[in-house]
Amino acid sequence: MAEPMKIRTKLVDGSAQIVVLMIHPMETGQRKDPRTGQAYPAHFIQNVTATVNDKPVLVAQLGPAISKNPLLGFRVKGAKAGDRLAIAWEDNKGEHARAEATIA
Amino acid sequence: MDQLRRLMLKGGGASGVLAVALAAGLLRPTRVFAGDWNKVAFESKAMADALKSIGAAGAAESAEILIKAPDIAENGAVVPIEVTSRIAGAESLALLAEKNPFPLMAYIDLTNGGEAYINTRFKMGQTSVIKVVVKAGGKSYIASREIKVTIGGCGG
Repeated sequence: MAEPMKIRTKLVDGSAQIVVLMIHPMETGQRKDPRTGQAYPAHFIQNVTATVNDKPVLVAQLGPAISKNPLLGFRVKGAKAGDRLAIAWEDNKGEHARAEATIA
Repeated sequence: MDQLRRLMLKGGGASGVLAVALAAGLLRPTRVFAGDWNKVAFESKAMADALKSIGAAGAAESAEILIKAPDIAENGAVVPIEVTSRIAGAESLALLAEKNPFPLMAYIDLTNGGEAYINTRFKMGQTSVIKVVVKAGGKSYIASREIKVTIGGCGG
């Protein structure tokens, strides 16, 4: 099972500033094992969805160029304290994770 | 969930099973990603092809897209970038790096109050021009910025 995500939220001027840190190797498929010369197979997050009170606010498609342990910071206008935030991701091997937080 | 597992086992694991599960209402729509990972765009090796695949071939240069990133990235494996667009009604943001093996790095749709702002970290193998595409009101806008790299992020 995937490791937990870290989610931080802050309300500034009527917008929620959200930062999510996902734990993932984000292997590009370009990196080679120095001993065998074989490329490590690509393994990276492809889709991330963020919802506030079950409504999607951000739907991201990522490529392997996003750094290891991806950080995603975004803002949601009109979000209020107590709103339910959910983040879900799925990678190219079908592994997935989901986390929830309350906006504060 | 147990019921779902039964279904999966019975079906022998094919896309047909997913359809059955969906029809049975066992998978909540929020769990199933709309299945959209733009493979063609993410696997384009040239900037022009990637731009075309995301429907931004004729994007207009815009000064309303602000790219905050270091001029010189010491470590190409972790380059911080912050993008803010002041174009009204932005629907999506795309990040691209010209010299990466696959230029398209991220494509982000924004709805229901999601603002045209993104903060992330990406990899780049060598000094390259970074492009940001913003779509708003059926039009595409683009902004560029060069980032120099001293240590690449894709080496073995």
